[in-house]
Amino acid sequence: MNIVVLVKQVPDSGSERKMDPADNTVARAAADNVVNEIDEYAIEEALVVKEAQGGEVTVLTVGPDSATDAIRKALSMGADKAVHISDEAIKGSDAVQISAVLAAALGQLEYDLIICGAEATDSQMSVMPALLAERLGLPQLSGARKLTVDGGVAKIERQTDGGYWAVEAPLPAIVSTWDTINEPRYPSFKGIMAAKKKPVETKSLADIGVDASTVGLANATTQVVDFAGRPPKGEGVKVTDEGDGAQKFVDFLAGQKIV
Amino acid sequence: MAEVLVLAELNPAGGGVRKTTLEALTAARALGEPSAVVIAAPGTAAGIKDALAEYGAATVYVAEAAEVDEFLVAPKAEVLAQLVQEKSPAAVVIPSSPEGKEIAARLAIKIGSGFLTDVTEIAADGTATQVAFAGSVIVHSKVTAGTPIYTLRGNSVTPEPAAAAGAEQAVSVSVSDAAKGAKVTDRVVEQKSSRPELTEAAIVVSGGRGVASAENFSVIEGLADSLGAAVGASRAAVDSGFYPHSFQVGQTGKTVSPQLYVAVGISGAIQHRAGMQTSKTIVAINKDPEAPIFELADFGVIGDLNTVVPQATELITARK
Repeated sequence: MNIVVLVKQVPDSGSERKMDPADNTVARAAADNVVNEIDEYAIEEALVVKEAQGGEVTVLTVGPDSATDAIRKALSMGADKAVHISDEAIKGSDAVQISAVLAAALGQLEYDLIICGAEATDSQMSVMPALLAERLGLPQLSGARKLTVDGGVAKIERQTDGGYWAVEAPLPAIVSTWDTINEPRYPSFKGIMAAKKKPVETKSLADIGVDASTVGLANATTQVVDFAGRPPKGEGVKVTDEGDGAQKFVDFLAGQKIV
Repeated sequence: MAEVLVLAELNPAGGGVRKTTLEALTAARALGEPSAVVIAAPGTAAGIKDALAEYGAATVYVAEAAEVDEFLVAPKAEVLAQLVQEKSPAAVVIPSSPEGKEIAARLAIKIGSGFLTDVTEIAADGTATQVAFAGSVIVHSKVTAGTPIYTLRGNSVTPEPAAAAGAEQAVSVSVSDAAKGAKVTDRVVEQKSSRPELTEAAIVVSGGRGVASAENFSVIEGLADSLGAAVGASRAAVDSGFYPHSFQVGQTGKTVSPQLYVAVGISGAIQHRAGMQTSKTIVAINKDPEAPIFELADFGVIGDLNTVVPQATELITARK
């Protein structure tokens, strides 16, 4: 069972995130960058499947040189090797373009299963599994809170409002996971040391056969025209409950014509 | 006038279209004349056609076949792509549910277009508004390749009736084998609720770690029911097992934008703010006067939720 896990490095959602006014893209260089949180659940799930069925877990990421930190984290959790697509021309690409880059890179790998997180905290689009399924002609098993792989078939519980859908597909397939699927392990000291010796292959666009003139900000399918900080909320009213807090709250709602 | 295709989203519990569809029909009018597209199991369109016409659908394209529902996402994207190629619309607008965004993504690849997700507004020139980074940045974006595809975030546009013909036009459906990869074998409802759906609700009352136990969430539910509101929960409350994950509001849960959001016993970590910051009016009830949630609140009560909330519930019920 060979598994490719897609990992994205993102600005820490707990820090102040910014847009770069020079080109209206996410300011990544100066940001406090971390592994996208939900991707850790995808890595964990890949390791769980591998531990049960054997095979190899390969980490695949697209990003600048600094994305090696995200790769090391995945390797220290237990992934076996990594492929890092890094090319200056990719900067500013949108989801459609990144899916083309990932699809080309995946075309050079052997896999039975692709696993990724259901959503990145920076773009919050939740579309990469659908884009890749479309490009690669693979079954899409997205939004999983549970995954079982048995006899060449993957089954998931796709999380829905108030329940789930049971969805199944023959392998190879692409699965995306929510943070309800497992509890990711912490890298052990041994894992961190071992990660330093694991192979990381860095590839350029030319290496994966993608024409540089199809990616990057200038060739994107969408464009950010402008951005602005959300106007700060005016100072709200704050009362301390001295037996009349509930009444004041209800009076406020009445003033807003809500009750 | 240019035609704009609007994909209808059905109420999963049965019973008509979701409000998000009416919002999408309303938003689409900025770009041209909306036509609704129903891609669903046979017998669906008859029950929703009138609502689609009432909200501006000049034409209702009906693509009904059992197989569009039996497989995940791909068949719907395929049928929609066929229709786009046939009709050459000015744009496509889709309600921004998980499925809606995935249909948009696949459609974009199929027709060689760009797409924008979770837009809150669409201007006549096609520029869309999006909210980024937990609601802290407002972005204006455009699709620069192909037929623009937008997914519209729920509760960001007020649905306005604009009666149109709603002329039904049948669309023949042929789903390729390639789109039949992921088979839906069961749809399971675990929590039946008489409350409004979280992302559609006009009022949301959410509880956090401060609620302190699963049993005590009845306090939150009581206030919610007095207001006719949906119930939400912070990640801390969900992780502590107080409330099911499908009600989680925040970065890794639902994004809501109701008229009124009441945060009870929620400190207001970025994780939570990401899911509720764009609510029109925010009320916070928390015993910690330093809780960051108060920075967002239009009205805040510093006090014990176990006292304030039941009292407020009683007062609201008494007003009816």
